[in-house]
Amino acid sequence: MANTPGNNPDDLDGDRRDFLLISTTTLGLAGVTMAAWPFIHSINPAKDVLALSSTEVDLSTVEVGMAITAMWRGKPVFIRHRSAAEIESARAVSLDELRDPQNDADRVQKPEWLIAVGVCTHLGCIPSGQSLGDNKGDFGGWYCPCHGSHYDASGRIRKGPAPFNLKVPPYAFTDDTTIVIG
Amino acid sequence: MKRTQSNNRLIQWIDERLPVFSYADHNVLAYPTPKNLNYWWNYGSIAGIVLVIMIVTGIFLAMNYQPHTDVAFASVERIVRDVNYGWLLRYLHMNGASMFFIVVYIHMFRGIYFGSYKAPREILWMVGVTIYVVMMATAFMGYVLPWGQMSFWGATVITNLFSAIPIIGDYIVTWVWGGFSVDVPTINRFFVWHYLLPAIILGLVIVHLWALHVHKSSNPLGIDIKTPQDMMPFHPYYTIKDLYGLGLFMIFFMYFVFFQPNFFGEADNYIPANPMVTPPHIVPEWYFLPFYAILRAIPDKLGGVVVMFAGVLILYVLPWLDTSKVRSATFRPIYKQLFWLFVANCLFLGWLGGKPTEGVYVIMTRLATGYYFAFFLVLMPLVGRLEKTKPLPNSIYEEVAKKCRAKED
Ligand code: HEM
Ligand code: FES
Repeated sequence: MANTPGNNPDDLDGDRRDFLLISTTTLGLAGVTMAAWPFIHSINPAKDVLALSSTEVDLSTVEVGMAITAMWRGKPVFIRHRSAAEIESARAVSLDELRDPQNDADRVQKPEWLIAVGVCTHLGCIPSGQSLGDNKGDFGGWYCPCHGSHYDASGRIRKGPAPFNLKVPPYAFTDDTTIVIG
Repeated sequence: MKRTQSNNRLIQWIDERLPVFSYADHNVLAYPTPKNLNYWWNYGSIAGIVLVIMIVTGIFLAMNYQPHTDVAFASVERIVRDVNYGWLLRYLHMNGASMFFIVVYIHMFRGIYFGSYKAPREILWMVGVTIYVVMMATAFMGYVLPWGQMSFWGATVITNLFSAIPIIGDYIVTWVWGGFSVDVPTINRFFVWHYLLPAIILGLVIVHLWALHVHKSSNPLGIDIKTPQDMMPFHPYYTIKDLYGLGLFMIFFMYFVFFQPNFFGEADNYIPANPMVTPPHIVPEWYFLPFYAILRAIPDKLGGVVVMFAGVLILYVLPWLDTSKVRSATFRPIYKQLFWLFVANCLFLGWLGGKPTEGVYVIMTRLATGYYFAFFLVLMPLVGRLEKTKPLPNSIYEEVAKKCRAKED
């Protein structure tokens, strides 16, 4: 009885069954995907986290040759008041020598102020080189102790595993000695 | 499934409705086990017990732990100083993690030596590899919870591994963090995962045992069970052998808990996390060091991450890389030597993972990484085909009987 043609839906109307099966499955999967999105998105940065995203810094006390570290979005931002010699050395580098080629002029708004996110582009450690006695690496900028990345005085990657230059955050001078980062 | 052996009417009544007693009889008490298992077969049951210890100590720690950046560090110190026996709970849990990895690594090397992953136990092996991967994730997130310097920078470096993925990498990292750095949302969700994953491990362990009980344990000779004479019931023979091994293991474990509780840790993790300063020498926990060494052997960011993950995932295809028909290395003179070299090489990689990336260390790390992969990808397939193996014994029973006679003489 079970195998009489009339009892097997596949024999009865195979195409119609296939259509129903495929369309139900597709719709079901689409529904599950859409329902999953709120869950996935809920662990992206929340609105209050996004709102905390600008920082004002006063530069008036930072002498030539000094550096300060500001905090922006939970990360350090390196602000270095560069000397004429440092600016010169950063500009003298030819682009062919760079892993992530970028002119010094494209990385600064005012040449004496280098402002870059102080997070190594390899795996996120904080390079040393902000204080006087620090190891500044082979290129007079910063040195990341975690896996040995060297950055130059423009924050560009010169040696080691990091793929990119230190990121320049969005910032603006609100007057001669004040910046807003973010 | 057969009925329970018991004559007790209550037991029979329950068993007919929910066959727990015949199930226990079938899978533990009368469970047929090869007669010749040696002490390398103890580590599975020890791992199970360590898992229970981790879950119990973890639940009680969680009753006093607070997953927030402002107070996490202090809450762990409070557990150690003020909570009754909190020091014991924490040191059991902290050293338990290291013990877990020691036991599981021995368990895995046992599998590689005796060819336990070969047909028909491939899925058993692959479930085991999955347990290992989930364990690594669990331990990584647990280590973040005390919120010391190593917690923070370990979390930063490891989550940044995902930034190596082209195009979407940075979004994934932000998503994992729930912000723009490892911060309040991160520690909160890591705590949730750290609480949840051990339950998933427990589920995987059940699947692991399910697969085990289909074809039963392999054995040091690596030959199949042929007659009932090759086997004996698990209880009392192996329950007592497992308990004896467990006793020795617990002495080892408790030595660290009571006399060297911070032996496996890093002093820097007793400095509260500071997102503005990376310690000059950051290292992961010892059980990750071989893979950390592999990561650093490759001078390219994406390449390093890919090769490191490959180093773990390659274990999944071991059953198909090893072409030898003979399971046990006892009968494979060449493979046996390559195996011990492989073990030494893993330890060497672990040692290198804790060294700075400079000079000779870099070269040594590259060589050791080379052998790690060559062992799996070149030597296993080739040696399996070319090697002349020693003759296999006829049966487990014969071999056991021979040994007994030799002992009596
Ligand atoms: C697979 C088993 C587990 C592993 C491998 C593991 C691993 C770890 C590790 C390595 C730490 C850091 C230890 C330290 O330096 O203090 C830790 C901490 C912690 N774990 Fe687990 N864990 C496991 C299961 C659990 C479970 C089941 C819970 C709770 C239900 C839990 C709750 C905690 C808590 C609250 C902490 C923070 C307190 C502390 O650091 O001592 N763990 N875990
Ligand atoms: S994080 Fe800076 S070199 Fe790896």
